[in-house]
Amino acid sequence: MNTANCLIAGVGGQGTVLAARILGAAAMAAGLDVRGSETIGMAQRGGSVTSHVRMGRDIASPLIPRGRADVILAFEPGEAARVRDYLAPGGTFLVCDRPLAPAVKGGYDGAAAARWLKARCGARVVSGEDVIRHCGARSLNIALIGAAAAAGAFPFGTDELLAALAERVNAKFLAMNIAALNYGASLFRQF
Amino acid sequence: MARKLLMGNEAIAEGAIRAGVAVATGYPGTPSSEILEAIARRRPDGVYAEWSANEKAALEVAAGAAIAGARALVTMKQVGLNVASDPLMSLNYVGVKGGMVVVVADDPGPISSQTEQDTRRFGQFAKFAVFDPSTPEEAYAMVADAFDLSEEIGRPVLFRPTTRVCHSYASVELLPDLPRRAPEGFIKDDGRWVIFPRLAYRNKIEIEKTLRRLGRELVCHSGVSHFDAAPRTDADGGSRDGDDAPAVKGIAAGGVSWCYVREALAVVRERLGARRARGEGEGGGVPPVRLLKVGTVPFAERLGVEFLDGLDEALVVEELDPVIEDSLIRLCGLRGLKAKIRGKATGDGILAGENTVEALVDAICNFLGGGSADVVGATADADHSGEAGKTDDEAPALPVRPPVLCAGCPHRGAFFAVKEAAKAASGKKAVFSGDIGCYTLGNALPLDMVDTCLCMGAGLTQAQGLGRAEPDATHFAFIGDSTFFHSGVTGLVNAVWNGADVAVVILDNGTTAMTGGQPHPGMARTLMGEPARRVSIYEVCKGVGVQDIQRVNVFDHAAAKEAAMRAAAARGVRVIIYEGPCVNIVPKGDALAVASDACRACGLCVRKLGCPALSEGADGKAAIDGILCTGCGLCRSVCPFDAIGAGEAVEGGAR
Repeated sequence: MNTANCLIAGVGGQGTVLAARILGAAAMAAGLDVRGSETIGMAQRGGSVTSHVRMGRDIASPLIPRGRADVILAFEPGEAARVRDYLAPGGTFLVCDRPLAPAVKGGYDGAAAARWLKARCGARVVSGEDVIRHCGARSLNIALIGAAAAAGAFPFGTDELLAALAERVNAKFLAMNIAALNYGASLFRQF
Repeated sequence: MARKLLMGNEAIAEGAIRAGVAVATGYPGTPSSEILEAIARRRPDGVYAEWSANEKAALEVAAGAAIAGARALVTMKQVGLNVASDPLMSLNYVGVKGGMVVVVADDPGPISSQTEQDTRRFGQFAKFAVFDPSTPEEAYAMVADAFDLSEEIGRPVLFRPTTRVCHSYASVELLPDLPRRAPEGFIKDDGRWVIFPRLAYRNKIEIEKTLRRLGRELVCHSGVSHFDAAPRTDADGGSRDGDDAPAVKGIAAGGVSWCYVREALAVVRERLGARRARGEGEGGGVPPVRLLKVGTVPFAERLGVEFLDGLDEALVVEELDPVIEDSLIRLCGLRGLKAKIRGKATGDGILAGENTVEALVDAICNFLGGGSADVVGATADADHSGEAGKTDDEAPALPVRPPVLCAGCPHRGAFFAVKEAAKAASGKKAVFSGDIGCYTLGNALPLDMVDTCLCMGAGLTQAQGLGRAEPDATHFAFIGDSTFFHSGVTGLVNAVWNGADVAVVILDNGTTAMTGGQPHPGMARTLMGEPARRVSIYEVCKGVGVQDIQRVNVFDHAAAKEAAMRAAAARGVRVIIYEGPCVNIVPKGDALAVASDACRACGLCVRKLGCPALSEGADGKAAIDGILCTGCGLCRSVCPFDAIGAGEAVEGGAR
């Protein structure tokens, strides 16, 4: 199956849906078919959410089967751990280390989860605090896309990605998002 | 034509616009809500769209348009069909002139619903043709077919996507609009539009005849095909023994399960190829598979016969009810076909929840294997072990993340106020009836303020029954603003007339929040963005005869509690309307922060409120997440040490 699969995982409100739409638009600009699926509804209220993005030809299922994600973008370390078995052998796994504490009692050690994923699953860990400092609080999704794009993880190039961003993002925030994309790319070069 | 990335619900909307829909109505409900929103966003000429007060109203408005000859669309979720079933059942007997498509989105899982009911089954019971798309692009094309069929048979048709069609998206090739016809208007015909027993008798016969005809003819997006499960490798030159043997096994599927079956078959083939490349396969004995894709209920019998004829066994893959399975079993009996049908009845299908490619790979290997180690062996070749699968021993514990009320949600303050008031009425038992909406999440600890939840509007009436059975307790009933208009008013009338003893707490956050913020009758605008005369909840309560009504700003925490105390002490029907906008429809306020020197680490704020922005730091002191906090101040009101105050403004970014 000649399909590029990207799984995006996070907590409701972190911008997984927008990230998926941007990837989808970029893949279409590159002439590929796109199929995917989102979490919408009750789970959006602070629950775990995933977006599946599949790019290629003759894609059957809207969901990526386990073990077949070429790229995982995880916006939160606990959510990264939750979806780790979607990663294909040799896949690109980007994890933001900034934990969001669950609203129910009992926190969890996000830093330890990120370290474990780095050691065991080859995850590349991105500092969430650095992203917030450089790009603002709402640009994590775009920064991770920038990092994965710089890693050559997507079946489209920078031009398609920039066009998709312009198409899907409020013009007011476009410059900020392009900056986030570039910051993400610079992160990848440091891995 | 253009290609567009469309969510399934957007594809249904585009398909309806293309097919010349003139009137579109609905009530929001996951996973159906985005269909009408997409129509309203496009604002095509000559299309009227509205959020109706509930599904029954929506269906009746559409029915009126359709009997005047307009093409009409209604959207709802599966449980919404229960509300709309009264007009729907009768409308089938009366019929329509303009095409009418009733979109009912099912929710296998269920992911965001109370039930796992199957609208295909409802369609069989109510005697409708049902369209069952498997992808957004199929849904897009199918809508026009559904309108055409509705006009041809003169009755509404059901259109049943599931969550994974509604909320999946795909690149869709857009087709040119179809020619529009202006509705000819209502033509008086008492023998047609006025339902009487005699008309019902006559039309019942017509309905049965139509369904029999469709059972012979309807083939929309259905078909029989073949899949060769045996991998062809260079090693065996692309041919092997038994290649020309006819298929003796078949797989039938509909809806998104059809997509999973295709993907799972491809995985099986890939794994078999890998085994053979490693020299592990037996090199033959894998039968080709016959496939049946079902896109409608009923579907043309000849497709079923073509599929089953000569098969030993057929596996049926579908979610919710065994509708395709039962139709194939029936066909075997009717036509004397010998195929054994495997599915839910034989323990080969899921009884609840969704199908997955992963589970189907195993199921299909076992089904096709039938003694062939080659196929069954492919099950064990799970390729999802990657790096991660092998090292699960020391895997980090995963955070538990049930959905919760947002940080700054006005409902939290309302629940907390009533909780404190009920506690203050020492010794008296209180029961908190809940309802459908975001506020059902008030059930979660630590608030623990939703003791019942049944269906839209039921909390208010259940509380009255609880009061009849247990008059010594205090009965609170929480209901949201949109739910109040949907089906709460009737219950309130019932309470007033029958002299119930119930404290009704209306949570007015100014939107239909759970489904994404749709307008409702209490708001000053409609779906199309037109200014509207808002219906006042206060005036409605007053109008139906409630004497004791309190309207309170829920963010005024002292006043909110004071109102709850009064209601707890009173008898009869009393109403509190807690007003405060949903955090998702107003600009975010400045975050608060904890003054570390003042905080005594008592944990009260974290323990009592369950706000996602609040957590206990490593030192046991409270910490506020500056990104999540909206500055509602509820935590400030509970802090005994005055340790919570204005924080630093946090930079916002793009959403």
